[in-house]
Amino acid sequence: MNDGPPTIWEWIARNWDTGRVGSVKDLLGDHLVMSLVPIVAGLLLALPLGLASVRWRWLYQPTAGIFNIIYALPSLPIFMLLISVTGLSKTTVIIPLTFYAMAVLIPAVVDGLGSVPDHVRQSAVAMGFTPLRRLVQVELPIATPVVLAGLRVVAVSSISLVSVGALIGQGGLGMLFTRAYQNPFMPPVVVGIVLIVALALVADGLLVLAQRLLTPWVRARRTS
Amino acid sequence: MTWLSDFFGDPANWSGPGGIPMRLLEHLEFSALALLLATLIALPLGLLIGHTGRGGLIVVVSANLSRALPTLGLLVMFVLLLGTASIWPVIIPLVLLSVPPILVNTFEGIRGVDPELRDAAYGMGLRGGQVLLRVLVPVALPLILLGLRLSAIQVVATTTVAAYTGLGGLGRFVIDGFATKDYASVVGGSLLIVLFALVVQLGFTLAQRVTVSPGVSRRLKTR
Repeated sequence: MNDGPPTIWEWIARNWDTGRVGSVKDLLGDHLVMSLVPIVAGLLLALPLGLASVRWRWLYQPTAGIFNIIYALPSLPIFMLLISVTGLSKTTVIIPLTFYAMAVLIPAVVDGLGSVPDHVRQSAVAMGFTPLRRLVQVELPIATPVVLAGLRVVAVSSISLVSVGALIGQGGLGMLFTRAYQNPFMPPVVVGIVLIVALALVADGLLVLAQRLLTPWVRARRTS
Repeated sequence: MTWLSDFFGDPANWSGPGGIPMRLLEHLEFSALALLLATLIALPLGLLIGHTGRGGLIVVVSANLSRALPTLGLLVMFVLLLGTASIWPVIIPLVLLSVPPILVNTFEGIRGVDPELRDAAYGMGLRGGQVLLRVLVPVALPLILLGLRLSAIQVVATTTVAAYTGLGGLGRFVIDGFATKDYASVVGGSLLIVLFALVVQLGFTLAQRVTVSPGVSRRLKTR
């Protein structure tokens, strides 16, 4: 080992899995949890709200309005205000990210369902589909590409936003940034940025793959 | 609630370089400078790419990349690289993060204009530049303004985080307060930032009302 400052690779090798709290592997795990939970929870909450907004049209404007406002609120002060309710915990990071996700996904669900052609809906009715079966077998599949497009935006931005959670000490790869700032040192910053961007790209790629698997007819139509 | 009166009621918080008015002014200054620079870069570029239809891939890639780039990481990286002697180490990441929303929305807005409308404008004898400025821009204005609004949201949020690197702005109340366990300052500062963000939103909503032609915004029934 030389005595100069470690290169990025040496730094990774030394800090990847130290067995202590705050190893890079540890932070990566935290980061995954804190970004995945809001994505999944956001989708699970946005689906019924989006469906309700389509069913009862008057509901859409106020819902969209409220989430538009929430989306505009900066994450750091929201984390800080939430601390008084949920304390210093990962939940404090997860809740606002879930709301941001809903702000993107509710319009996606509504637009997706709105893109179902009228004659398709009428055909399903004529074929004797019950409303539930029509929703599950006809309307939701047609809405899937739009919802997945929204989900890609949510996944990528949620993965990068989690890093702000480090300012309230809640782990994740953002801790590499605060650590690097307190003890001026470049390798952790570079490793953090690269890992977060890589994570975002992987998530995005997986969702593109999901779209191909879930909506095979989109490609079938293009090639025919 | 006593936190609020502790924070807002303390006369020391209302004067001097660390007082609420100065911090507010700093926040406004950094945000406005970054948004202005981002607009100067992204708006002409978006108009050009949308109008000529060339380079659309650059727009899409930059949009995806900027969403993935972590704000805090960029800030710390530029501060470590350039030091804190000037405000540029903070302004550069702010601009980097706020260019893509304007670029994407301007591009999409211009490209999405009904081709028949564009052809009609050419048919009336307008030249390329005139078509762009007199027909395409007014029609695309709602999307362009949406891009500016998203960018402004991004800038206000990032300026808050930038206080971590010793810069001024309202984020200082939050970050310094958190470090010293002064929760009155944290809560008060947070509320100020939230209000600031809401006022910016409101400003853009009003700007949209004023600048978008009634025919485009469908406030005027045309048929």
